[in-house]
Amino acid sequence: MSTPSSPIRGPVEAPRQIRTLKIDGFDVSGRAEQTILQVALEHEIDIPRLCHVEGLSAIGACRLCLVEIRATGRLVPACVTRIEEGMEVITDSKRIQKYRRSLLELLFAERNHICAVCVANGNCELQILAEELGMDHVRVPYLNPDVPVDASHKQLAVDHNRCILCTRCVRVCDEVEGAHTWDVEGRGVDARIITDMRQPWGDSGTCTNCGKCVELCPTGALFEKGTCVAELERREFLPYLTAMRRTEQ
Amino acid sequence: MIPEELKDVAAQWQEQAGQYAHQVYVCTAAGCLSSNSDQVLESLQKEVKDRDLHEQCLVKGVGCMGLCAGGPLVAVQPDGVLYAHVTPEQAPAIVDALGDEPAADLEAIEADAPFYERQEPIALENCGRVDPESIEECIGADGYAALARCLTALSPTEVVNVISKSGLRGRGGAGYPTGLKWSTVEKARAERKFVVCNADEGDPGAFMDRSILEGDPHRILEGMAIAAYAVGADQGYVYIRAEYPLAIERLRKAIRQAKRMDLLGGDIMGSNFSFDIQLRLGAGAFVCGEETALMASIEGKRGTPRPRPPYPANYGLWGYPTLINNVETFANIGPILREGADWFAGIGTEKSKGTKVFALAGSVLNTGLIEVPMGTTLREIIFDIGGGIPDGRAFKAVQTGGPSGGCIPEQYLDVAVDYESLRELGSIMGSGGMIVMDETACMVDVAKFFMEFCRTESCGHCLPCRAGTPQMLGLLDRITRGEAVMRDLEMLEELCDLVRNTALCGLGQTAPNPVLSTLRYFRDEYLAHIEDRTCPAGKCKMRSTTEVNR
Amino acid sequence: MSKARVATAWLEACSGCHMSFLDMDEGLLELAELIELVYSPLVDAKEFPEQVDVTLLSGGVGNEEQLELVRHIRPRTKLLVSLGDCAVTGNVPAMRNHIPVEQLLERTFVQEADLNPGAPEAVVSPLRPKVQPLHNFVEVDEYIVGCPPDAELIKFIVSELLQGRIPGRGVRSRFG
Repeated sequence: MSTPSSPIRGPVEAPRQIRTLKIDGFDVSGRAEQTILQVALEHEIDIPRLCHVEGLSAIGACRLCLVEIRATGRLVPACVTRIEEGMEVITDSKRIQKYRRSLLELLFAERNHICAVCVANGNCELQILAEELGMDHVRVPYLNPDVPVDASHKQLAVDHNRCILCTRCVRVCDEVEGAHTWDVEGRGVDARIITDMRQPWGDSGTCTNCGKCVELCPTGALFEKGTCVAELERREFLPYLTAMRRTEQ
Repeated sequence: MIPEELKDVAAQWQEQAGQYAHQVYVCTAAGCLSSNSDQVLESLQKEVKDRDLHEQCLVKGVGCMGLCAGGPLVAVQPDGVLYAHVTPEQAPAIVDALGDEPAADLEAIEADAPFYERQEPIALENCGRVDPESIEECIGADGYAALARCLTALSPTEVVNVISKSGLRGRGGAGYPTGLKWSTVEKARAERKFVVCNADEGDPGAFMDRSILEGDPHRILEGMAIAAYAVGADQGYVYIRAEYPLAIERLRKAIRQAKRMDLLGGDIMGSNFSFDIQLRLGAGAFVCGEETALMASIEGKRGTPRPRPPYPANYGLWGYPTLINNVETFANIGPILREGADWFAGIGTEKSKGTKVFALAGSVLNTGLIEVPMGTTLREIIFDIGGGIPDGRAFKAVQTGGPSGGCIPEQYLDVAVDYESLRELGSIMGSGGMIVMDETACMVDVAKFFMEFCRTESCGHCLPCRAGTPQMLGLLDRITRGEAVMRDLEMLEELCDLVRNTALCGLGQTAPNPVLSTLRYFRDEYLAHIEDRTCPAGKCKMRSTTEVNR
Repeated sequence: MSKARVATAWLEACSGCHMSFLDMDEGLLELAELIELVYSPLVDAKEFPEQVDVTLLSGGVGNEEQLELVRHIRPRTKLLVSLGDCAVTGNVPAMRNHIPVEQLLERTFVQEADLNPGAPEAVVSPLRPKVQPLHNFVEVDEYIVGCPPDAELIKFIVSELLQGRIPGRGVRSRFG
């Protein structure tokens, strides 16, 4: 994950070329190098997403931003698919809604998400998406994994029960802070985010205590100590930071 | 070495080999080696030496001869005799029978047995014939001649055209036209390009690539060098799983030998074309056979796939155009350039040209490695070449394509095998694993086996595969324990649809295939498990209570 | 018009969902015009009656008695509503799910006990291995999420159900 210029789907075109396309029936346009998600958001068409954050590399992992390309009927992740001339994109249909709800069900069943006692209650992207997409119960069995909480850091803590493996923490730590404290270990459903070589967070030699991971965590998996149920607040910092860096360059 | 010298080496070796009145080949591929063929080789060498025959009789270790079920295998030429299940103690009897009728008390296999008669070796043409550890011998068997011809007589574009015209398609599974891939990389403009050989063979029951690498490693190096010349690459990698120590050792040796003879490295054969090959060992992750995960692994990152496009041909290793082909694909390159595109295109079916190597495994008499023309029927493969099902049991299904493939039932045994026909049947060609199952196999249990594999091998990057495979496995487990209700089957089918349509990479998208194909052909068995709480094959231990609890 | 027969029950949960039900305040008076509360922790009936129209169940299934009750209730009610996060997800009681029951009892009733150490064997129903949502055992017709669900939401959904409409996903409500 060390290349910030992560590959984006679609042909690499000369910059500043304008493409016109339809999203949900609306005629919209964007620059050739933009993704469907970027253009949709610019036109106030919201697409659900959990792993993607503007300012970090796009990885297409959570699959919630899947949209349908009308010509082929194929589903593509909006966060990593470049716009193309004449493209018709459907961001919301019965089929897409069903898939998104099922994906959320899989997430809720994967770890132990107890909204009622979570620091992020009311301010959790997972919880809010479930509400918005009408996921009112989980039909698959809860896996109830036995996963730890690491509270060894003096100000911050990680509760793996609430982690959805979006890897925002991994990317912001690597691509913005430059510390690369976070990474992922293990395979499949046993994958976990780890600090350094799976040392306790408090023993990490690379963590700069900057807290960017906590700010970007979509759930209550990463939080400041001393935060109680529903007390977690988040500050939007990445857009300012990236804008500042751009001006400096 | 220049091309003329190459011919000299070949001629020299052929002359040398011609001096021997007898040649005894002992299979030293992993299968036979595991039943002590190295000791057989040793005792034969000793026997020949003791009788002072070593000037008339050459005894050598060779690569896979195919009929793994008969291992250790020993072939005697020019007598054309093949002995199976040879023990070190039988060495004197074999030497006694040289130039004579096969020794009576040894198990001899007829040269015209259907197992060999129906095959058409191209990728495997030198496997079981040459000593994989001797580059001179490989050169004597036409090795590197095609590379020499490319460097002296063909432009890179001409090489690409030959491959395109041959109709060769990727042997790793998806069947993408090889020529088209080469041409994309050739046309890409970049400072650097790479060629990668995907030897991360991971399907359960598959050993095609391993056998080729163990039996004829120089063929792969030559294929890669030709590819590099054609697309303009100067660096190659063989990504090979660390579980193949013998193949790794032989590849290493082959690379060293080839470099010493100027067949790899700087200014190959006096031309201005340079190409080096390095090995990269996989650490046991199945998903690293997926090309984008493989590249991440070569770059030293966590082996997880990334979305495509961009395809490696445009954006590959470290962002440079990269050609990735499978072992067997590279193994076909030399012969195609040697014999011509038309010759290759004359073999096989309309859309699938050439031959395919299959690893025949499971409930079949002649388990082993075979190579047949595309278009051969499953029945010919399993019953003629494979010798049918042992112990008089009935055939039930054949699983092709590994965890991404599916099970094909008896009524489709006469379908001619090619990329399209298998896809229509709900399976895939895949890399060539073929597992035969008889009446004692429970198809739900088979689906569960493959789902367990996919769950374990999911990399965890994308949500549907990571969190969907354990759920599908859980449901299959409930079914095999007799605890499932119809709603569970519906849920299973829904999850199959979800994962197939939303997962990021090929591994995830095809993970439901073993379930979908067994549901398609053996739905009755699922229903028997659920509604009658019985396993028709008698494989699953069903819970006696009908209590439905989660 | 005869009054609808409504029941509520409280399984593996705190009393919060019932408190929220009572939080309807004057809404309770409107509701009382429409329903007869035939079984509930809030009334005296000891046996779950036959032919109930709507049953609100709070709490997941955590022990054998609760499972028995759920299975007793389902055929006796036309509509079954999972009321609150515990009934829908297992919620806080399900936080024990990754711990084996024996270990749980040992820790709670032996290691941490001040008096009479030992897990209870009689009187209380044996724990099931996991606390699970109601819909894992019986068909559920409507889900009201929240910990606890908002009183207004309960009132709205109950009145919709009484008028023969099942709101389903048409209603926005949030876990937690």
